[in-house]
Amino acid sequence: MHHHENSFNLLTYIGFIPFIVSIFLYVYAVETSNKKFRDWPFYRIILFIIGNLSIVLAIIGPLAKQSHTHFVYHMYTHLILGMLGPLLIVLSAPMTLLLRSIPIKTARKVSRLLKSKYVQIMSHPILAGILNLGGLWILYTTSLFEMMHHSIMISILVHGHIFLAGYFFTISIVYIDPTPHRTSFLMRSIVLILYMAGHSILSKWIYANPPGGVSKLDAEYGGLTMYYGGDLVDVILIIVLCYQLFHSRTIQAKLSKFYSKLKKPSPRFPQL
Amino acid sequence: MRTAKRTIDSMNFWSGILFGLGAVAFIDEALFHQLLHWHHFYDLSTTSIGLISDGLFHAFSWFATVAALFMVGNLKRRGNWQKKRWFGAYILGAGIFQLYDGIIQHKLMRLHQIRYNVEIFYYDLIWNVIAAIMIVIGVLVLNSEKAKSKKVGESQVASS
Repeated sequence: MHHHENSFNLLTYIGFIPFIVSIFLYVYAVETSNKKFRDWPFYRIILFIIGNLSIVLAIIGPLAKQSHTHFVYHMYTHLILGMLGPLLIVLSAPMTLLLRSIPIKTARKVSRLLKSKYVQIMSHPILAGILNLGGLWILYTTSLFEMMHHSIMISILVHGHIFLAGYFFTISIVYIDPTPHRTSFLMRSIVLILYMAGHSILSKWIYANPPGGVSKLDAEYGGLTMYYGGDLVDVILIIVLCYQLFHSRTIQAKLSKFYSKLKKPSPRFPQL
Repeated sequence: MRTAKRTIDSMNFWSGILFGLGAVAFIDEALFHQLLHWHHFYDLSTTSIGLISDGLFHAFSWFATVAALFMVGNLKRRGNWQKKRWFGAYILGAGIFQLYDGIIQHKLMRLHQIRYNVEIFYYDLIWNVIAAIMIVIGVLVLNSEKAKSKKVGESQVASS
């Protein structure tokens, strides 16, 4: 037992390293970018740090430890790892920062990769949504959930998938970083609504059908947490999407055209 | 001129409808689920089509609330918010959703009941009557707004 605790602590410290390195790299990239470009917004640095720390919280430390035995904590960690963490990191625009801070030649290679068919398919809202929601349905409705608790390998794969699926889904809905392949606002709105619907249906399913090894009461709390926690993160995503829609040039140009046809010009928006 | 006016009218109308729908869903959630604990999260008698309907409506109403507010912001910024039309549509949207919730979701799909261990009939009656009243008020307000704008349009034609 004693030996086990020691190895756990060691693992905890090792687990911190990638996140410390990534925060360090981000700040270093900001320094590099600021020499050539307009100052990088400070709030993005904060978003990136909180995003990274929240993922640390979800996979190592007390909350993660509790999540092995308490289903509701497991739900907290999943909301953070699959929804909040990816959203915070997407909002910190890491790809833009990367492209600004690396040599032009390398940046060209990266942007060629972004334009590739593979990235286009992976970041299409429909596929990203299916990978995200489908993964969750498989996790909670099959024996995968129990297997995850017995194998560290499966656990790492599942957690990795949850983060990546969450990240790709978020970048398929809101465009913070350069996005060569874009889909319409209508498409993204519909996919987001369907995704949210699938998420809340799954929460009610979990409420009524506890996953393997979870007690009825735990499953009920977990389902409720997933339902309302999901709404809480999703509303941020909806606000960002709507903000982008109403500030997009095409929409504003269309509106201006309509308004310019009106007899009385609006007082605060003289015609252009 | 006519199409532009119509577009602005319909933007006012739809943002009102969407916000009404979202507001009722939100009040339902906050008041009946969270504060009073009358509604149950899931009472296990729900049909699967009911679960899907609830999921879709829940997601749509959440999205609609935010989108409707952005629409209002946009209309106000350009000085084209028609308070009365918007309010009429808001009451109408709220009433329609309340009626859908009361008859289809509660009764047909058996999502959950308004309250448990009580004579449910009176609760259902009051619920749906309130919904009907909201629909009637919404239609009346919208009609009077329509009549007014028609009158204004005619007098403009006459004077020009």
